[in-house]
Amino acid sequence: MGGNGGTSEDRKEKGRNALGREDLRRRSRYTLVFAVLLAAFFAITVLNINTGNVHISVPDILRILFGGSGEATEVNIIWKIRLPRILMAAILGGALSLSGFLLQTFFENPIAGPFVLGISSGAKMVVALTMIYFMGRFHAVSSYTLIAAAFIGSLVSIGFILLFSRRIRHMATLLVAGIMIGYICSAVTDFVVTFAEDSDIVNLHGWSLGSFSGMSWSNVAVSAAVVGVTFLFTFLLSKPIGAYQLGEAYAQSMGVNIRAFRVTLILLSSILSACVTAFAGPISFVGIAVPFLVKRCLNTAKPLVVIPGTFLGGAVFCMLCDLIARMAFAPTELNISTVTSIFGAPVVIFMMLRRQKGR
Amino acid sequence: MADYYLKLEDLSVGYGGKPLLADINIEIDRGEIVTLIGPNGAGKSTILKSISRQLKVLGGKVFLMEESVQDLSWRALSKKMAVVLTERLRPELMTCRDVVATGRYPYTGRLGILSAADERKVEEAMEAVHAENLGGRDFQAISDGQRQRVLLARAICQEPEIILLDEPTSFLDIRHKLELLAILRRMAKEKGITVVMSLHEIDLAEKISDRILCVNGEAISHYGRPEEIFKEEVIRELYGIDNGFFDPCFGSIELPRPEGEPEVFVLSSCGTGIPVYRQLQKENIPFAAGILYTNDVDYRLARLLASEVIAEEPFREIRQETLERALAVMKRCRRVINAGVTVGACNRRMGELVRAADLPEQR
Repeated sequence: MGGNGGTSEDRKEKGRNALGREDLRRRSRYTLVFAVLLAAFFAITVLNINTGNVHISVPDILRILFGGSGEATEVNIIWKIRLPRILMAAILGGALSLSGFLLQTFFENPIAGPFVLGISSGAKMVVALTMIYFMGRFHAVSSYTLIAAAFIGSLVSIGFILLFSRRIRHMATLLVAGIMIGYICSAVTDFVVTFAEDSDIVNLHGWSLGSFSGMSWSNVAVSAAVVGVTFLFTFLLSKPIGAYQLGEAYAQSMGVNIRAFRVTLILLSSILSACVTAFAGPISFVGIAVPFLVKRCLNTAKPLVVIPGTFLGGAVFCMLCDLIARMAFAPTELNISTVTSIFGAPVVIFMMLRRQKGR
Repeated sequence: MADYYLKLEDLSVGYGGKPLLADINIEIDRGEIVTLIGPNGAGKSTILKSISRQLKVLGGKVFLMEESVQDLSWRALSKKMAVVLTERLRPELMTCRDVVATGRYPYTGRLGILSAADERKVEEAMEAVHAENLGGRDFQAISDGQRQRVLLARAICQEPEIILLDEPTSFLDIRHKLELLAILRRMAKEKGITVVMSLHEIDLAEKISDRILCVNGEAISHYGRPEEIFKEEVIRELYGIDNGFFDPCFGSIELPRPEGEPEVFVLSSCGTGIPVYRQLQKENIPFAAGILYTNDVDYRLARLLASEVIAEEPFREIRQETLERALAVMKRCRRVINAGVTVGACNRRMGELVRAADLPEQR
């Protein structure tokens, strides 16, 4: 106990000073990260509106957005196409990352995420079936129906994964199970798409690969409402999530009602990823890469800062990827997953290597 | 008010509905340290987990004062009971202070933000385990001993009335074991916190505990004060030792003695024989030891390791017959080792024995 230098009073004093300094350092780090993310958010928003087949200059954008005047086509492009698309990328990107963070907490596994665990694919399958059925019957399908369908699909996939995870606690095996579920769901989806009528396929094909194109204001309103409420609930769960990071047994000993908490966590993450899949299709790697990067940048896993940070980070990441998807080979658009994979997969590989080294 | 703090009443515990141990009836006073000992897989952890409600009890009740633990809300229980578990914790990106601060969970508000008073409690808990200079370090980057202290600080920070620890000293070196147990001892006596834990080191269990609970896999075989439990037969039976010895006086454990006719005669007194005995045991040479007073430290070990011990009652002159017995045994040995003998008025016959050993024809 001795031999650390100084008397015990000295050490206490030192401990308290260190506490003050450390606290300050942490706070300034959080502020910096959030400031950078916000700045990136606005910069990319402007860049996104600004670029495209029709180039619109920044002063024109400001005039159209805030003055309400401008050339009719430009106004239309901004208000009807680009703005809803950007907002959708932001909302859904945030939702996807947050969903990933929740699943990682739940499975105590940094590589868990809606796409890897086959949750997106499950949602995709049920949405595809619903779409074909509703289109064939009523020639229309509401966004609420799609969200509900995606939610059911997510829960079915998660149900299977929970069944597996009860038997196997090994990280790699769980992931393999998720990937297999993903393949099965994709196979079913491909099967029904192959035999669907032509008019349905046009609708389904772009969607099942993931894209933010063709978003309407009503889509934005619905997803903002769903994601907004879910985000709020998640944020209010910060405290038990923080306890859960020490493992189930410790969380319980701190007074967390584990059973209720686990159910809530699964429902919240399912709603989030369901909403994304319903509107934009399955999007890969965002759910893993963004929470990892945000936690590293903030240098903490405290849910109170990581939850908003992850959401904002996911929004920025998806907006950037969408911009690249739109612009890289314009006028041909890439699938959003193509871009997110290119950026996300290396991050995941890097994570694996780090973990291996940490052992 | 009841005169006990924790009470287990007809408790039966086990996994998956199958009782491993049944009818456990025990009362533990406030501020007492109770240690569970017993072989691996006997059910020590199962009992601890059942007390902490991590595991559903299969029958009976656990009472804290007059309240049944099963009827308390999780939150209410968390203000009374804290745990230190065996499983390795790998929280990502948490400093030691973050880990300790989670102990304040039951006392913070909706978002779990620490007040200045909470921060002070965290500091105090870290000081109590001498971990105040670890605060800013990454929890995954510290040593096992430090980690265990930080986890104990976390439990202290929860301000419980009782702490349950499942093998808190595993992975620790001897210095850190002692340090941890000293902290527990102080905490129990100064703050009146009841401590229930499982330990593998029976020698330490004997020294730190107020009461010992022996779990042998089928039942609670004994429960009582250490002096009642740490008897050679009890420990031997509890752990099923048939390949060594347990010395209740020092709580030390010895490997089995070399069997057979003594080949070497060791002359010693006052502890000089101990290294010789150990060496002979390692080389598996049966030996005889004498003449030892039964209050000599050499005697305590010779009793366990030598195949023959010639002993004499303490504080009296060595009798002629004892000397003759020793001479007879010595004659049968092919070698005599004099490890160092102090000769005085009472044991002057020991001097004769040494001289006899020096005569060539005796060898």
